[in-house]
Amino acid sequence: MNPTDIKNPEYFHKVVDCQYACPAHTPVPEYIRLIAAGRYDDAYMVNWESNVFPGILGRTCDRPCEPACRRGRIAKGEEPVAICRLKRVAADNKTDISARLPRIPEQKNGKRIALIGAGPASLTVARDLMPLGYDIDIYDNQFAGGGMMRSQIPSFRLPASVLDEEVGYILDMGVVTHFNTEVTSLKSVLEKDYDAVFVGTGAPRGRGLNLPGLEDAGKHVHIGIDWLASVAFEHTSSIGKRVLVLGGGNTAMDCCRTSRRLGGEDVRVVVRSPFADMKASPWEKEDAMHEGIPIHDNHVPKEFVVENGELKGMLFEKVEAQYDENGKRSLVPTGEDLVFMEADDVLMAIGQDNAFPWVERDLGIEFDNWDMPVVDKATFQSTNPRVFFGGDAAFGPENVITAVAHGHQAAISIDLFCRAEPVTNRPAPMTNLVSQKMGIHEWSYDNQVENDKRFVVPMAPLEETLRNRKLEVELGFDLSTGFKEAERCLNCDVQTVFDTPRCIECDACVDICPTDCISFVENAEESELRTRLSAAAGNLAQDLYVSTELPTQRVMVKDENVCLHCGLCAERCPTSAWDMQKFLYSVTKAGQ
Amino acid sequence: MSYQLPKFRHPDLPVNALGYTRADYEGSISTLCAGCGHDSISGAIVRACHELALEPHKIAKLSGIGCSSKSPTYFLGKSHGFNSVHGRMPSVVSGANMANRDLLYLGVSGDGDTASIGMGQFAHAVRRNLNMVYIVMNNGCYGLTKGQDSATADAGSASKKGDPNPFSAIDLPGLALQLGATFVARSFSGDKGQLVPLIKAAISHRGFALIDVISPCVTFNNNPGSTKSYDFVREHAEATGTVDFVPMREEITASYPAGRSQEVTLHDGSVLHLEKLAPDLDPFDRVSAMVALQRHSAEGQILTGLIYMDKDSRDLHDIMETSRRPLNSLVEEDLCPGDKVLANINASLR
Repeated sequence: MNPTDIKNPEYFHKVVDCQYACPAHTPVPEYIRLIAAGRYDDAYMVNWESNVFPGILGRTCDRPCEPACRRGRIAKGEEPVAICRLKRVAADNKTDISARLPRIPEQKNGKRIALIGAGPASLTVARDLMPLGYDIDIYDNQFAGGGMMRSQIPSFRLPASVLDEEVGYILDMGVVTHFNTEVTSLKSVLEKDYDAVFVGTGAPRGRGLNLPGLEDAGKHVHIGIDWLASVAFEHTSSIGKRVLVLGGGNTAMDCCRTSRRLGGEDVRVVVRSPFADMKASPWEKEDAMHEGIPIHDNHVPKEFVVENGELKGMLFEKVEAQYDENGKRSLVPTGEDLVFMEADDVLMAIGQDNAFPWVERDLGIEFDNWDMPVVDKATFQSTNPRVFFGGDAAFGPENVITAVAHGHQAAISIDLFCRAEPVTNRPAPMTNLVSQKMGIHEWSYDNQVENDKRFVVPMAPLEETLRNRKLEVELGFDLSTGFKEAERCLNCDVQTVFDTPRCIECDACVDICPTDCISFVENAEESELRTRLSAAAGNLAQDLYVSTELPTQRVMVKDENVCLHCGLCAERCPTSAWDMQKFLYSVTKAGQ
Repeated sequence: MSYQLPKFRHPDLPVNALGYTRADYEGSISTLCAGCGHDSISGAIVRACHELALEPHKIAKLSGIGCSSKSPTYFLGKSHGFNSVHGRMPSVVSGANMANRDLLYLGVSGDGDTASIGMGQFAHAVRRNLNMVYIVMNNGCYGLTKGQDSATADAGSASKKGDPNPFSAIDLPGLALQLGATFVARSFSGDKGQLVPLIKAAISHRGFALIDVISPCVTFNNNPGSTKSYDFVREHAEATGTVDFVPMREEITASYPAGRSQEVTLHDGSVLHLEKLAPDLDPFDRVSAMVALQRHSAEGQILTGLIYMDKDSRDLHDIMETSRRPLNSLVEEDLCPGDKVLANINASLR
């Protein structure tokens, strides 16, 4: 293998698994250390700079960082750091941070931007462009900002006060809001001579199932996201005692849990796929089951049973999943009798689609075969250079943190576009690599690896939360638990940096490394090299760090996979060939 | 400063026949200087014991005084240990070995502990062929007392202080051969590929097995001018051949190229393959070994690898025809079998 180029910012970035997995690349270990140090304001601002909604995301994020977390790989039964809920610790315990928000210039730059939809993507664009002096108009059909975070995420997961606060930080920058305003024509917006238009309208159309009996069942069958919105906006305040929720995603989990709070007693989730294949996050499934909601998997809905014009229930066909050699799944009927389940109401949460009936097709915006706008994956520009898309509106339903990441990138593009620079000129990330050495064996980070298992977030009593739809279920970590959970972080951003000329090949690092990451071997092709190491490096997703050739014609090879970042290699190195250096990677934002 | 190792280990660590991973053979975190060769030797001992699937409670590690003699704390944390008076480790092993011949005795000593204060003890353990592994962590200086030249420092070798050593060096393998040792090897802390099989062979050998391991002192004796530095040893080491150790319960799967190779079955049924042997060395001939050692020394080379082995070694118990059962398991009835037995013995003498 060729020596690893650690000057490439992506090499060490990839070692910070959580940050690398985060669509917005939030510097996770950095803010976790700040939490451990009790610096909640600083931890909050690190988050806010990167993901804009720390309090919201600390409760609702899809947390792609956690499955990626190295802590979850270092031993059987070991779980990732509760990164998401630590973010909430920062948000819950911060003081007034308003003085630390960016200053909005009084002298505007003369450019006007329209944001259509006031969800996370649009708000992120506003957050990045307002400090640069743009005039921004935001349009939304709801009465307040937040988009799906307001209409689809129930209050027992995300209290309105948290949402209002973080949406407010952005709108208070001087964004001109046009709420309760349904945009029915993009053309009319373009005609207002905005310098750029950003479309962040989400994926607002919930899918339905056209099964026999649907027409008669009529008013007792609801589209999940529409029903959640109707509950959120207090148009709906009750539901039947027996509720069937169709679907296996997070919306289905929100639907069933909301049903429990609106009078549903026998609430069931029925899903076609096996339990393990369900789209919902594992913790959301757990939370639903904790509230006494059974999940019936491998049941395909067949028919609404209606008697005398009244919905009685539904029939389901039992199936089992079979996988071909390519891993492609098919659901094969078991041949058993159809299963009948009683229901007063049925909620369908089987997916959502984009819908752009309000975008005229003669505006120079190309649409593809799936009726989705053609959007550049890096610049978020459509084929009409003045129109940008982001969030679910760009490439279909994802999640809040992805929308935020899109928003940051779209803001860069809009800023470049308004300054007449090519939008393909993407700014390089800001990186910083600093030694953490404080003395011969002293580091400026807490390198000791704690043995604690992942702490569980405490919850409010079930009977109380089921009585009150607005009562938040999770209580968040208290300060001491938050500290202990923060201490579980391995500090993967503190990199092991190897300086070949200093190495005397004494093997001290090889001997001390608790997880056998380091080997000194003859070089070879990667596939061969992976088998030659102290412990075979089977995780191909994790890179090998290869040095230049040493005097004995060998190379140092470090498998990044299960490195604890404990610093022992550097502590036991007599010549400081190893050093622990903190790597900060930050995605450059518009105007920086 | 880290005072303990993290508890986490590589999740795919191999387990041996006993179901133990290498971690089960480790000790506590080393307090020796960073980069000390002794830590590498500790690592090699851990690997050898794990790969041989030895039961940790059947090993006794014994040492004297010095940096070397601190190191048993850093390996085999679940084995018996005895940190004896300076240079007196061989006496303690002698006593322990007499009392319980069923344990593996792993003596760890340094150049001071062996070649100076413990020289007399060392010599007699060798000539009695006490059944033990005797590892000398040899760095040519007294590291614990700020790096004075030790008795194994080569004449002319200079430590960090800069003055060349005016005295002649004691060559421990040469001395052991002269004293009748039945297993003599030399290795280098920076060469685990050679050291691990040598330790395994020494463990399987019945009788006194000396491994003189050159182990650079990074703090006081790893400078230009020293003959015990990492660089010097790497440049001047000359292996007698490669050593491959195949434990008894494993099938021999490696194929060995034609050439000078020897194969020897050890006392416990393990097999030792010696490959690419130097043409002028017969490791089963004491005189050949002594000559090779002297000649390499005269040429400024450091001969490493297995230097000599007596295939027919008889250890102290064999020589003294002691009880097969460990003495510590003999109870009063065994030791005082009664008047009748005494009468029989007396009768046999009449």
